Amino acid sequence: MHYIHQIPAYVLLGLTRGSMYALIALGYTLVYGVLQLLNFAHSEVFMSGAFGSYIVVHAVVGDGKGTPSWAVPLVIVIGLLSGAVTGASVAWTLERVAYRTLRRRGAPKLAFLISAIGASFFLSQLAGKLFNRFRGNGFPKYFDQNRQVLRISTARVQVFEVVIILTAVIMMIFLDRLVAQTKLGRSIRAVAEDAPTAALMGIDIDRTISRTFVIGGALAGAAGFLFGTAFSFSNTVGFDQGTKAFAAAVLGGIGNIRGAMMGGLLLGLVEALVPPIPHIGIQWTDVVAFVVLVMVLIFRPTGLLGERLGRAA
Amino acid sequence: MNAGDPILVADKLTIRHGQLTAVHDVSLSVAGGELFAVVGANGAGKSTLLRTLAGLHKPTAGTITLAGEDITRLSPDRRVRRGISLVPEGRRLFLSMTVEENLLVGGANGRPGSWTADRVFELFPWMRSRYKEQTAHLSGGEQQVVAIGRALVANPRVLLLDEISLGLAPVVVKRIYETLPALLGTDMAVLVVEQDVAQAMRVAGRFQCLLEGRTTLEGKPSDYTAEQVEAAYFGFGSAVESWSG
Ligand SMILES: Nc1ncnc2c1ncn2[C@@H]1O[C@H](COP(=O)(O)OP(=O)(O)OP(=O)(O)O)[C@@H](O)[C@H]1O
Ligand SMILES: [Mg+2]
Repeated sequence: MHYIHQIPAYVLLGLTRGSMYALIALGYTLVYGVLQLLNFAHSEVFMSGAFGSYIVVHAVVGDGKGTPSWAVPLVIVIGLLSGAVTGASVAWTLERVAYRTLRRRGAPKLAFLISAIGASFFLSQLAGKLFNRFRGNGFPKYFDQNRQVLRISTARVQVFEVVIILTAVIMMIFLDRLVAQTKLGRSIRAVAEDAPTAALMGIDIDRTISRTFVIGGALAGAAGFLFGTAFSFSNTVGFDQGTKAFAAAVLGGIGNIRGAMMGGLLLGLVEALVPPIPHIGIQWTDVVAFVVLVMVLIFRPTGLLGERLGRAA
Repeated sequence: MNAGDPILVADKLTIRHGQLTAVHDVSLSVAGGELFAVVGANGAGKSTLLRTLAGLHKPTAGTITLAGEDITRLSPDRRVRRGISLVPEGRRLFLSMTVEENLLVGGANGRPGSWTADRVFELFPWMRSRYKEQTAHLSGGEQQVVAIGRALVANPRVLLLDEISLGLAPVVVKRIYETLPALLGTDMAVLVVEQDVAQAMRVAGRFQCLLEGRTTLEGKPSDYTAEQVEAAYFGFGSAVESWSG
């Protein structure tokens, strides 16, 4: 079939990948917003979510055979929650151990980055040691991920794509409302905009930072579950997805929440749509992704929506 | 506590920025319902003093007590919950947020009390119609008023105002200062810092003058002539000697 006929299918694939990039990118952008810190270990929060939810889902459905179809949505919710809880716990601990200790001592920015890289290696290697027997595994097959649920033009929409896109959209709307309308959201924006003044307004900066890590960790952990549902994974899964998601956050404007969502989806779409063009080729996917990133940054150095936590500029 | 008892007491504060000692051995006390002014030239240490009272700097010596409780080591957010709010120099509104959001942030972590957004509107009626507007779009004077409102809704026992006249037209400054007495009726203590001595002296019950981090004059405005205050402010003439001697 010609490229042009496949476009709906590529768009679908792009939205699926992009949704996961966006969920992970939000964690980079939230933490960058409040701390101006590149949380290098965030990719491992995502990886932890995949393993955490794997363990829980495995405990619930075993090898997955014979899971009644009515129970499938329930298992998916359990998987999402366990991924989110794992991600949130790891992110919370990471902030306490690797960052808060440095903040207390007024360490320079570079020390934070080194601490972040160290934590990233630590988590990835630890997961390798603990879960090596899962290597290359996917989740138990408790439902037929590839069953076609509907057809949009030439695109066959499969169950896992619906699950991923739908969950991501719901979580992103939820986050957007949280940041825009709740007390916690306003505290996060206040700390991001001007931390000393936020403290003068009675905001507990440490607690707000902690909660920011928890929110970003929960989103990435849930994304870990979604990724595991669709693809196989190992303890090194964080690096590839994390780097792309970070690129997506920068693409949208690091520190900008809607920017991270937009950057994630855009990067997913570019990756899905450009390489299959005749004479390009799938092996160029990563090259294409980063060429787009560099092009955008040349023309808009602060990313598509600029650096601002909260509402789009 | 009796009316007129000091609510906030700073005792022999010395505050350093690295090598530089910005405030030397300064003491002051403010009572509920009182308007106290700290005046001084550029770099006299006024902002450093206020920021220390609010918890942004830690003094190297001296203590701060609020209603008898030692708060010298408390973080700024804890002080807000106990009743100290600072309107910082340069306003420092959250410019990406609306007027409403700024007031919500201010009120969310303060003390319960009678100051609500509605009460702020009674004081500054124009604000009601521009409640949903992003504060970046307001004029300097309007921003200053929102910054004061944002501190008021935390229901402070002590309100610290750092150069609220900075960069504003005189008529705007006058209008803002005219609202200050309305705050005192609620037994709030107000501590203003100003470079504009005349403005501060008109409203203050008591004042203190700082020069290079040291107290050079203190008392009631009526106790001194303008010349004496001017001398203490700039650090020349006989007033400093006659006061200290
Ligand atoms: N964060 C800081 N780090 C180092 N030095 C500082 C800092 N803040 C103030 N200073 C110095 O401390 C001294 C007192 O400054 P401060 O801002 O308290 O004065 P001020 O009386 O508020 O002046 P102004 O009227 O200009 O606002 C000045 O010499 C200033 O340069
Ligand atoms: Mg000052």
